[in-house]
This record gives sequence, structure tokens and C-alpha cells, in this order.
Amino acid sequence: MEERERLQAFEQTVLPHLDAAHNLARWLAGNDQDAQDVAQEACLRAFKFFGSFRGDNPRAWLLSIVRNTFYTWLRKNRPAAATVALDDEALEVADPGAAGEALQLRQGDAEAVRRAIAALPVEFREVIVLREMEAMSYKDIASLAEVPIGTVMSRLARARKLLHKQLAREYAAGGPS
Amino acid sequence: MNCDQAQPLIAAHADGELDTVRMLEMEVHLSTCPACSQAWRELQQLQQAVRQESLYHPAPNALRRRVLAELKAQTRPARERSFGSWFRLAPAVSGVAVLSLAVMLTVTMNRPSAHDQLVQELVSNHIRSLMANHTLDVVSTDQHTVKPWFNGRVDFAPPVKDLAAQGFPLIGGRLDYAHNRTVAALVFQRNKHFINVFIWPSSEASAAPTPDSVRQGFHLIHWSQDGMTYWAVSDLNETELLEFAWDFAG
Repeated sequence: MEERERLQAFEQTVLPHLDAAHNLARWLAGNDQDAQDVAQEACLRAFKFFGSFRGDNPRAWLLSIVRNTFYTWLRKNRPAAATVALDDEALEVADPGAAGEALQLRQGDAEAVRRAIAALPVEFREVIVLREMEAMSYKDIASLAEVPIGTVMSRLARARKLLHKQLAREYAAGGPS
Repeated sequence: MNCDQAQPLIAAHADGELDTVRMLEMEVHLSTCPACSQAWRELQQLQQAVRQESLYHPAPNALRRRVLAELKAQTRPARERSFGSWFRLAPAVSGVAVLSLAVMLTVTMNRPSAHDQLVQELVSNHIRSLMANHTLDVVSTDQHTVKPWFNGRVDFAPPVKDLAAQGFPLIGGRLDYAHNRTVAALVFQRNKHFINVFIWPSSEASAAPTPDSVRQGFHLIHWSQDGMTYWAVSDLNETELLEFAWDFAG
């Protein structure tokens, strides 16, 4: 394919998902500058490998490249953060149902929710972003994150418990400021 | 469906992952079970909270522009501009001239592009530098020795950096010839791999390091900044070479 046609096809197929790419990068990296660097690098890589894209889900494909770019970036820039293994025991939280506290979410709580998501371990944060913000299926998340579907489900469940617990704590402390 | 069966499926239900039969069973159960319907409501509230629009980070326009500019810079073929001017001329010339023009165009098209020639030239330079035991004219890991060495040898001042801290120690520099001119070559090492960075002044717009091509197993990464153009060539894998380029450019 001519380079110009390739670029045109890329602009029409992949670049419409730049928002999703940036959103994932932003939640993974945690700040604007790094997020933009990761998203841009991912787009350039995606273009380079566009010839090998065969699937019918360009958004999932681009997001998998964003994710890989992010982890490469993380290993390089924050080696300590990249080597932290997920300790399932340490993240075990009480069943919120048993605690019986209902979350009364109010308007203007976005800041508390943002803090709670940002505080999640990165493996949990990514499944929350992909599932809730991108409405991706378990199957697509599993192939994107290169883990079995069961792992996606258990990470999602733990992530939600942690979020619930964190938010319940914020509200118990008098609600978000 | 009882509570023991329903509870593990509440999340899958909220995520739209249940088949129709289970989904209907679940809805029946939720309508009769206060504990499960409470858990269901909490999960829905949590989902709504996370899905708030203000928590989504769409791409800033600046990023969109930068990505497009980078992609366009990458895809501009070297011969495009000369083609453009030929085609603009074409309607103005006579039939005979058009014919000879067509012959000329065919010849031009079959010739390797300027870009291909440059890539081949840089790879050859890289290979020659390894074979001839002539990698370096100035051997020094000190950027303050290597940089002044270029004074008077080339008509520009190539930026010289030591990236030992990033795992790419500078081992020296030399003069080389590419793109019809004398260029500066800096040599870095990563483990047993050598990296040649070829540098010369250019009017190219700034462009971030980008993998350009692979030739004979060597990766080429290209970038431009501050009026200089840079080509890194190495047998190092592309990821590490790109890391190197970003470290150098950064």
C-alpha cells in the first residue's frame, strides 16, 4: 500500500480511538505529560505495525499497544513500580456486603472517585478503566491484558471491593470536601 | 436460583456477561432477595460513579495535532516533491514532451528513492565501522573530550552526550560520510552491541525518534531537533534502540 493510503486508512480506522488511548494512558501513567508521551508513542508504534492489524476491533488493538508502551515506559522510568508483584493477600478486603454500608453517591463526588481509582494498583486500575470507561467485554480485556478471563473477573471484583471500601471510608470521614 | 448461586454472578450480570437464561433467573432472584438486590444496587452505583464523564480524559487537541504531524512527517516520501512539480508541468508541454516525460518518470520510479539510498548508506557506514577496526577517531567516554574534537573537523557542533547512566556509555566519535556530506558519528555501546549515531545539520522540522526501517538485521531510528537530523543504527533490538534514541533526544 502506498504510504499516503496507509496513513489515510490509519487515520480513519485507528485514530478515532485516540481519546480511548489517551484516557487509558492517563489513568495508567497518572499525569498529563507522561500520558501524552505514552499515547503518542503508542500511536506511532501502531502506525508502524498497522500493516499487521487484521482484527475487527481497532480500539482494542490500539489499547493493547498503549498498554505495552506504558509498561515499557514504566520499566524504564519507574523500575521499582514495575517490579512490585501483586500480593493477593495484602489486597484482600472485607466483603462490603457484609459490612452493610450503602454508598450514597452524591453529585460532586467525582474527585473522591478519582482519588480512589488512582489509588488502585495498576493491574486493577486497568481492568476498571477498560471495563467501566471503555465498556469492554471480559474476553476483550483478557486478550488485551494477556491474562485468562478468570483473572479479569477476579481483578475486577477486587478492584471494585477496594473502590467501595475507599469510598465508604471517604464518606464516613465526612464526605468529600 | 438461590443466593449462593446468584452472588458470584452479580458482577457478570452488571457487566452484561450472562447468557439470556441466567440473566432472567438472576432478575427473578433479585426481585425477591433483599440482600442480593442491595449488592446489585451498590455495584450499579459504583459503576455510575466510575463512569462519570468528568473522570474520562479525552485526548487534548495538542496531542492529536502532534500525532498527525508526526505521522505525516513519517510518510512523506522523499521523491514526492519532485513528482509533484513534474505533474504540474505536464499539461503545459506537447505530446512528444509528455512521452519523454513518461519515460523519465518510469526511470525515476525504478530508481531506489533518496530515502532508501540514505538508509543503505548509513547501514554500510555502520557495518564498515565495525569491520575495519576503525570505529573511532577519538576514543573517549568523556563528552567534554569528544565534543571539542569535532571543532574544525565539521562545520557544525554536534550535541554530544554520555548516556552511561541510562546504560548506553559513550565510547567515542569519528567523521563519516553520508547524504553527500561529512557527518559526525558518535558511538555508544550497550553490552556487546554498538550504536552509531549519525548527525548532520538539516532544515527538517523537529520529529520525535521513530523507528524508520530495518536493513540486514540492523534497526534505524530517525529523529530531528534543533536544526540537526539524527540517525541511530544498531543491531540492538528495536525497543532498546528506541529507548536509547529517546534518552539521547530528551
